[in-house]
Amino acid sequence: MKQVAYFHPALRVLHWLMAAAIIAMLFIGVLMVSTISSLHSLLVSIHKPLGMMILVLVIVRLWLRFYTATPALPASLPAWQRAMAHLSHWALYAMMLAQPLIGWAMLSAAGYPVSLGSGFVLPPILPVNNDWYAILRPLHSVVALALFITVMLHLAAALLHALILRDGVFESMSGTRKR
Amino acid sequence: MTQTPFTPRQLITRLAVIALVPLLLIVLFLWGGGWLSPQRLTSDKLVGVLQQAGGEHPGFRRNHAKGICVIGRFISNGNASALSRASVFAPGETPVTGRFAIAGGNPSAPDYAVPVRSLALAFQLANGEQWRSGMNAMPFFPVSTVEQFYELQVASLPDPATGKPNPEKFKAFVQKNPEIMPFLAWAKQNVPSSSWASDRFNSLNAFRFIDKSGASHLVRWSVVPHTAYQPIGAAQKNDNDFLQKDIQQRLAQGPLQWDLLITVAGKGDDGSRASQVWPADRQTINAGTLELSQAIAQQQGPCNDINYDPLILPDGIAASDDPLLNARSAAYAKSYNARTREQTAQTGAH
Repeated sequence: MKQVAYFHPALRVLHWLMAAAIIAMLFIGVLMVSTISSLHSLLVSIHKPLGMMILVLVIVRLWLRFYTATPALPASLPAWQRAMAHLSHWALYAMMLAQPLIGWAMLSAAGYPVSLGSGFVLPPILPVNNDWYAILRPLHSVVALALFITVMLHLAAALLHALILRDGVFESMSGTRKR
Repeated sequence: MTQTPFTPRQLITRLAVIALVPLLLIVLFLWGGGWLSPQRLTSDKLVGVLQQAGGEHPGFRRNHAKGICVIGRFISNGNASALSRASVFAPGETPVTGRFAIAGGNPSAPDYAVPVRSLALAFQLANGEQWRSGMNAMPFFPVSTVEQFYELQVASLPDPATGKPNPEKFKAFVQKNPEIMPFLAWAKQNVPSSSWASDRFNSLNAFRFIDKSGASHLVRWSVVPHTAYQPIGAAQKNDNDFLQKDIQQRLAQGPLQWDLLITVAGKGDDGSRASQVWPADRQTINAGTLELSQAIAQQQGPCNDINYDPLILPDGIAASDDPLLNARSAAYAKSYNARTREQTAQTGAH
């Protein structure tokens, strides 16, 4: 595969769009389950369509990720850091894909309509089943927390590359001039 | 590398930015979840106080714990379709899964001892949408804000010393919230009926109907029984489960009907206070007939795993600015999550 310094422009756009969407989603999720104010119903009505949007985008993104050339990590990076980088990236992809599906499945198992607004309802992907709901609902929270922690580590590592290491890793995704 | 090295000052600033950005987001996240503000009234607190009042009954609803499932249908006559574009109001039939219950968190409370009764309905619309409604057999709600509701529950908690609510605390609540007086007056003169079949159940909270042009109409709804009222009988006052036995007997003989009445607010009517009824001369629309045909014990019944969240609404029905609606929705979800987990743990233990 040819050597590139930057991710494909479409991947970069998707990355930043999804970064905003996922961070918004994590905040919406944690706020909507705790608040009793009128924010509750507003946030719930955003949470479901936004989750579905993330699901569609992550599928497109994974497809692009496999079919476009990706920039190699710099040789200056120690092996353990490369391993951490790869592990965290695939963990992020896995969670971005799993979390909307868990949400959809959990609503299905509870018999809730998966309303995306204006009367549009997605079909259930699981039959109504209390035992499934009892597993999936806590799992949705656990994956949300794990995703939040991984995103924070990812953010700290990105800032480290941008501000201290200045090794082109941050620029490979931001698309800004390298060095 | 040909990069210029940092001065110590630059290095410290840059490291600080790297640490502070995620830290700020983490603090915001914790604040959003309510973990940094224990004083804030949350859905957990609401469920907590109800649980304290009703005692611990794993696997049951935290409120209106004792009930029975019913199934039937709603036969719409089309009259309400001018006010709401929801397909449930077009002429035709919609299947309904319902639940009769009595208020309180104790699933074995005697039926005669509980003044407030409820009927919850889940309408399954043909396109997969649902309309869920939790209605009560009282004319209006005791209070109008979530904070008042919470304080009322706290003031009504049994005193650990006597096992009964402390009358001083309740009196203090009433003094601070005179809004509850009409409800207390209603409760005092109310003679419970002999059957759920003859009870009128009211949405209490206001909602908005959205018509085909997108215009919004402030409404409340009620189901009004075809069965005539009979006061509770002497024998029933000694039977813990008379409501359940009665409804099963009646439904074994044939279906029971209610009219679904929509009350439309007039100009200036307030939809944000469930404690206040609108004037009696407001326009009402008979939207059709609710027909319930079969009762099933709740433990294995089709209503048991339904969370009758009043904000699960089809296109054409929307929430009003009544603050109780969001609180009910958030708290019901907590109760549902807890009891489904407990049920699974119980069946797993066998």
